[in-house]
Amino acid sequence: MFRHDHPATLDNHITVAMSNDSTTVTKIAEIIINELKLEDVTPESFDADLDLVDEVGIDSMDLATIALVLRDEYGIRIDEDDYPKLTTVRIIAAYIEDKLNSND
Amino acid sequence: MITVSSLLDDYWYERYKKISKLNIRSSIYDVTDRCNLRCKGCFFFSSGEHERASEEKDVNKWHGFVEKEMARGVNLAILIGGEPTLCLDRIEAFYKRLPTFCATNGLIKVPRDRFPDMMVGLSLWGDAEDEKILRGKDTFKISSANYEGDPHAYYLYTITPKQLGKTEKIIKKIQDVGLKVHMQLLSNDEGVDGFSWQPEELVEVRAEMDDMLDKYPGTVISSKYYHEVITTGKMLDRTFGWMECPSVTEPIDKRNPRPKRLTNFIRWASDLQTMHRCCTSETRDCSTCKDGAAHMSWVMVNKRAHIKTSKDLQNWIEVYEMFAKLYQFIPW
Ligand code: SF4
Ligand code: SF4
Repeated sequence: MFRHDHPATLDNHITVAMSNDSTTVTKIAEIIINELKLEDVTPESFDADLDLVDEVGIDSMDLATIALVLRDEYGIRIDEDDYPKLTTVRIIAAYIEDKLNSND
Repeated sequence: MITVSSLLDDYWYERYKKISKLNIRSSIYDVTDRCNLRCKGCFFFSSGEHERASEEKDVNKWHGFVEKEMARGVNLAILIGGEPTLCLDRIEAFYKRLPTFCATNGLIKVPRDRFPDMMVGLSLWGDAEDEKILRGKDTFKISSANYEGDPHAYYLYTITPKQLGKTEKIIKKIQDVGLKVHMQLLSNDEGVDGFSWQPEELVEVRAEMDDMLDKYPGTVISSKYYHEVITTGKMLDRTFGWMECPSVTEPIDKRNPRPKRLTNFIRWASDLQTMHRCCTSETRDCSTCKDGAAHMSWVMVNKRAHIKTSKDLQNWIEVYEMFAKLYQFIPW
């Protein structure tokens, strides 16, 4: 019964939440692709759960570069101590959203 | 997109994972201006670095200084000279706080009750004859007696052109005293006759270093890619030199454009205020520089450039492993 009670609201809610998430995810994937000059991949096809260190081979110097671009893009500062936690595009997206929300 | 696992089989991938998150950030510290030897070709004295600053004698200042270095992100202290073992209290300021490596001529034994697991690099410039010409005495005799079988010590064997064809004798000597060895090439700043590298000698020494690694894999800590890079000055399609060097002191680095992949490296003088240009002598010509640490770092900071083919990435892994072993981030 519940499923049919407020279908539009429920769907909307999910859509909005996912679209926010996927916008950030795609944007971050785009930043990483551009900054690291990755080939044969698009922001849309980038696997958001790929381990950036173990699979893409990024290091702290890459992260420092990416952090600067994210700072300009989102107006947030990424603490260097947090670099080791930022292992996938999805985790970076959640980290940014968290920071943005806590700034609200 | 090329991923690491698409280039490596399980064996190499495991090796890669052991080092991929190490993030080593080293800096180099002159502990003192003095030495108990005076080697010909020692850049510290030949370029007047020992006179650039007068050493800080208050040990409390050393403790405070190391704290500041750690706050800057340094996680490996490389102590060089003059001769660090002349000032054990200063060494202790580093050793108590962070992974510390001490380069020494080995004439004084680091007391192991005070520094049980500090990695010690014992400098060696050749056989007894070369050592006498270049350093005034056969240091191996003394250093090997001091450190025989020590699991936290290895020889830093600086190969000179005169050593061509003779390295095996030295490697065997080192093996016999139960120590490891890492090979590097002499960059001679003082123009001592017969101790500057000619192109054909570099070809020969590369082959000889490769051969030593094949024959003594349990004793020689090295990698063939490192031999290639240091003897040819080439990495992938790039040429080593001033504009590429990662071992330039960051706050006084005036290069334009500045290389992107730098690690906040500083080489400090022993007054704890003066900074030297780079990890080696300011008077050294970058185009003939054979500094081992600078070449290793050059490879290490360029990881993604090596994520192109399986062989390139394996080469990078071997160089990083070599460095991580020499500074005890992974076991031998
Ligand atoms: S032992 Fe080292 S610091 Fe001392 S003179 Fe020789 S090369 Fe220089
Ligand atoms: S002398 Fe060697 S280590 Fe120093 S800046 Fe030049 S290339 Fe780098």
